Amino acid sequence: MAGLTANTDLLRQILVGFVRDEVHKVGVRKAVLGLSGGIDSALVVFIAAEALGPENVHAVCMPYKSSNPESEAHARLVAQACGVNFTVVPITPMVDAYFDMFPEADNMRRGNKMARERMTILFDHSAQHRALVLGTSNKTELLLGYGTLYGDMASALNPIGDLYKSHVWQLSEAMGVPKEVIEKKPSADLWAGQTDEEELGFSYRQVDELLYRMVDLRLTRDELIAAGFDAAFVDDIYKKVQNSHFKRRLPVIAKVSNRTIDRDFRYSRDWGK
Amino acid sequence: MADLTAVLAQIKPKLGCVADNLALIEERIAQAVLAKADLIVFPELALTGYFLKDLVPEVARRLDSPEIVRLKELSRTISIAVGFVEETDDYRFFNSAAYLEDGEIRHLHRKVYLPTYGLFDEQRYLARGERFRAFDTKFGRMGLLICEDMWHLSSSYILAMDGAATLLCLSSSPGRGVEEAELGSATSWQSLTATTAMFLNCRVLYCNRVGYEDGVNFWGGSEYVAPSGNSVTRGSILEEDQVTATVDEGALRRERIFSPMLRDENLFVTMQELRRIERERGR
Repeated sequence: MAGLTANTDLLRQILVGFVRDEVHKVGVRKAVLGLSGGIDSALVVFIAAEALGPENVHAVCMPYKSSNPESEAHARLVAQACGVNFTVVPITPMVDAYFDMFPEADNMRRGNKMARERMTILFDHSAQHRALVLGTSNKTELLLGYGTLYGDMASALNPIGDLYKSHVWQLSEAMGVPKEVIEKKPSADLWAGQTDEEELGFSYRQVDELLYRMVDLRLTRDELIAAGFDAAFVDDIYKKVQNSHFKRRLPVIAKVSNRTIDRDFRYSRDWGK
Repeated sequence: MADLTAVLAQIKPKLGCVADNLALIEERIAQAVLAKADLIVFPELALTGYFLKDLVPEVARRLDSPEIVRLKELSRTISIAVGFVEETDDYRFFNSAAYLEDGEIRHLHRKVYLPTYGLFDEQRYLARGERFRAFDTKFGRMGLLICEDMWHLSSSYILAMDGAATLLCLSSSPGRGVEEAELGSATSWQSLTATTAMFLNCRVLYCNRVGYEDGVNFWGGSEYVAPSGNSVTRGSILEEDQVTATVDEGALRRERIFSPMLRDENLFVTMQELRRIERERGR
C-alpha cells in the first residue's frame, strides 16, 4: 500500500525540523524522554539526538521488577548508539508501595499505574533539566487507544504521532536504530512474554492497512469490505477508535460563558512563539 | 520593459508577533536592497504568522497603522509585496496582500478564497475579498494572489485577461504527503504554478513560508516560473531562504510569440458562455 510506504528522507527532515523548531521556540534547548527498549522510543531518541544534539537529550529508562531485563539492555544500547544521556530510575519501590494497599489490583490497573509513575518521573526530569518531554506514541496506538491516558500518552511534543507502526519500522531502519530493537516483537513489557499483537488480537501490519484506508483515505465500511477486509474486523477497529476518542481530547468543560476554553476561546499552542 | 531582479523572502514568521515579524521583514528588505533587487515578495501573513484563530483582531492592522506606513516608506527604495491581516473602518478583518511602490500602496488584494476544510479554518475568522484586479507597476502589469486563490483557475485567468504579465502568489502552504520522492504539497503546487504560467503565458513569482506552527510544517520551495512553465529558480524545501530571480523580459516576449494562446483567448466566447451558465443556474 503506497500510503504505508514513506519517503524516509523527507520524513526524517520534517520530524527532525519539528523537534528542533518546537523545542527552541519555547526558549529551551533540551528534551527528555522515556526509553523503554522498544522501537517507538528508540526512534524518537534518534530524531531528538539529531535535532538537538545528543548532549541535549536525556533518556530515562524506568523498569519495574517484572520488566524483561533485555528491555533495559536494549534501552542502553539505543542510548549508546545515538550518544544521548542515559539514566535508569526503577519504579518498583513506588509502584509496590502503592499496590501494597491494593493487593487485589489487576494487570490493567497495575500497567496504568506504572505508565503514570513514569510520566511523573519524566515531567520531574523535564523541570530538572529545563527540557521538554517528548511523546513516543505512534498513530496506530493513538487511534486504537492502546496507551494510558496521562501516562505514556502525556508529553509536550510528539514527533511520531502521525506515523503508523509500519512507518516507524521504516524510519527506524533508515535512521540506524539497532537491529535487535527493530526486529523484536512489540511489547508493553508489563509482564514476561507479553506482546502487543497477542494482546490486541491482530498484527500491526493488518491494522495499519485498515486504519490507513479508514482514517486517511476515508473509505466507507462497504468499500473496506469490498477491498477484502473482514466485516467484523472493520467494525471492531471502528469501535476501538470511537471508544478511545476521549483519550485524544482535553477534558470536557461544561459551557456557561461566551468564551469557553477550546470551544470559542481558540488559540494555537504556539501563540507568540 | 527592462529585466527585473526579484527576491522571494522565504521567512519563518513568529505566530502573533507583529513587531518581531516587522523587524524580520525589514532585515530581509535591507538585504535585498544591498543586493540591488527591484522587488521583494514576502509570504502570505508574513507580518503575523498563519494559524492565528482568535488572535486575528489583535494582530490586524489598518492601512494607516505605523507598520504599514513604515513598509510604504521602505518601498521608496524597493518594491514590496507583503501579506498581513487588514482591519477596515467597519471592523472587518481580511487576509490581505499589499503591493507597495514609491512610498504608495499601488494595490491591495484581499484573499477571495478562504479555505475552510481539512486543516484550514480561515472563513471562521476572516472576511472574504471580492475582487481580482491587475495593476500597473514600474515593472509592468501584475496580479496578486494569496495562496488558495491560485487553486481557482478563474483567479489567474481574470488577472491575465486584465493584462497581468506577472502573477505574484503569496503563500503559507502546509507540507503534507510523504509517500513519494517529493513532498505531496510541493508536487501539487509546482504543477499548479507551471500550468498556470504555461496556459496564460505569464510568469509566476511564488513565495511560500517555512517553519512550524503547532506541528504543521510550511514547506517553502518559493520559485520563479517562466512563461514557458519552466521553473527557473527554486528555493530550498523546509528551510529559510532568500531566493533571487532574474526575471527576463525577453523570455516573456519570446514565449508570447511561440505560443500565443493568450493573444488568441476569446474573451467574448468565455463571457457569453459564463453568462449563459449564470442565467441557467439562477433558474
